[in-house]
Amino acid sequence: MLELRKLSQWYGDHAVLSDLTLKVPDGELLCVVGPSGCGKSTLLRTIAGLLPAAEGEVTIDGTPVTGVPDGLAVVFQDYGRSLFPWLSVRENVALPLRRRGLPRAERRAEAERILDRVGLSGAARRHPWQLSGGMQQRVAIARALVCRPSLLLMDEPFGSLDAQTREDLEDLLLQVHRNDDTTIVFVTHDIDESVYLGDRVIALSPGPGSRVVLDLPVRLPGERDQIGTRGLPEFVELRAEVGRTVRTPADPSGLSGPPGA
Amino acid sequence: MSRVAVPGVSGVPDVSGAAGGRRAAASAAARGALLRWAVLAVAVLVWEAAARAHGSVYFPPPGRIVRHAYDLWFSGPVAHAFLTADAVDNILPSLGRMAAGFALAAVAGIALGVAVGRSRRAYALCNPVLQFARAVPPPALVPVFVVIFDFGTPMQLASIVFSAVWPVLINTAEGTRNTEPLRLDVAAVLRLNAAERLWLLFLPSALPRIFAGLRLSLSLSLILMVFSELLPGTADGIGYTLTDAQSRSDLLTVWAVLLLLGALGYLLNTGLLTVERRLIGRGREGTR
Ligand SMILES: Nc1ncnc2c1ncn2[C@@H]1O[C@H](COP(=O)(O)OP(=O)(O)OP(=O)(O)O)[C@@H](O)[C@H]1O
Ligand SMILES: [Mg+2]
Repeated sequence: MLELRKLSQWYGDHAVLSDLTLKVPDGELLCVVGPSGCGKSTLLRTIAGLLPAAEGEVTIDGTPVTGVPDGLAVVFQDYGRSLFPWLSVRENVALPLRRRGLPRAERRAEAERILDRVGLSGAARRHPWQLSGGMQQRVAIARALVCRPSLLLMDEPFGSLDAQTREDLEDLLLQVHRNDDTTIVFVTHDIDESVYLGDRVIALSPGPGSRVVLDLPVRLPGERDQIGTRGLPEFVELRAEVGRTVRTPADPSGLSGPPGA
Repeated sequence: MSRVAVPGVSGVPDVSGAAGGRRAAASAAARGALLRWAVLAVAVLVWEAAARAHGSVYFPPPGRIVRHAYDLWFSGPVAHAFLTADAVDNILPSLGRMAAGFALAAVAGIALGVAVGRSRRAYALCNPVLQFARAVPPPALVPVFVVIFDFGTPMQLASIVFSAVWPVLINTAEGTRNTEPLRLDVAAVLRLNAAERLWLLFLPSALPRIFAGLRLSLSLSLILMVFSELLPGTADGIGYTLTDAQSRSDLLTVWAVLLLLGALGYLLNTGLLTVERRLIGRGREGTR
């Protein structure tokens, strides 16, 4: 169980998160939406142990997070810069396997297996700078999935993908989630996506001092499929509810800004 | 169109496409190289003509200088790779000292540079010292080492190392310090250990800066190699050949040595650039 207790974060005297309390049970896929600049990436960095909590605490199974927790994988929002350009795609993806003490040949094979699943089997020997943005993003996703993390943090991981690839990867993520029982915190600015993927959706208020303004369990059939699920009346209703919360009258364009702005 | 390539028929449109473009680029590069050599050739010809017309003993024509250099150093037996006894006695010891000094400076500079660059505190503390050390004109250090080591190889080596180490050290430290912070976070999440961080993150990040430093260090090594051999008490070396020829008013040899040093500097730098290009993939600069 991942728990945030009265978590606050500042950059200098600029309040980013204030008094955030949240429980994420094991194996839940939690989607986080909120306007640009409200502190979603800051939240993930705090959970990852990369940024110490200014106030309050983050615990995993009751133990406070002080450094990078065990079994963690992160897909950073700035995926391009998170890759190592001097390593091939395969070497990048195999990096997390070093801690598992696997022999080199097995690391390679695992990396190729996961690359195949994100549709990049042809790019294994190329270098990240030879790939398109969407391909780089998939390399970053493959690198996160390859070590079968128990906690997976993803920061707008599908932002640069075309509609078809995006749907494929959404379904891949759901499959991984189901098979490995991974706890996933998934940040997105796409309301549809949050409802389609999430077991639960939370929305953060616009900053400064963001807090949780919506905490919505998604009660859709566990088995989801791109066309059927999105057509369900419950889906449409949930989507409308998240949309209403996020697009408050005070900030009509909150979510339509470009990601990473 | 048939899939069998019929030369001159279905092959034609392809050539005008990508292959044609590549060929055009290659021929442009060839033209550029030709032009550079042409400029060099013209410069040498003008020099030759002017020197001959003037007939001054101080400025012999380049043809004679090259001829003299050849007689002096490169007309030896095949078994010695055409090197003469003079070359074996003077050029090789110089090159040996320079290589040893440069290698020591490079290893020490990279190792210390990474150590300094990895820690914000160490960088802040060491930076003034480094800037000061770099600001001292390297040849001014030589008298210090003469006092410490007396004349001879240890003094020459020390002079080279202590002059050439600063550019590598400073550039490596800065390159390491500018490692993309997000990649440090990635390394933390991936739990890379110290050695992996060094090999997979810090050194590759700093590599372009390391090579910038190495190029400076290489030319400093050459300078200090010659300079330390100019001092009295030296028994061999390129610099010794220079002072010896000067004392005998043998200007032709002096010019030959200058030509040799220029060629050496050019070749060494070209070699280093080749290594750099191999290590740092093409297009890397295009990504950040
Ligand atoms: N390193 C930093 N120093 C100072 N302020 C920062 C820093 N990083 C983020 N901020 C500020 O903190 C706030 C939250 O940033 P954060 O990146 O968490 O937002 P976000 O919700 O991820 O936005 P987006 O959807 O655009 O990615 C922003 O107002 C930003 O200006
Ligand atoms: Mg963000």
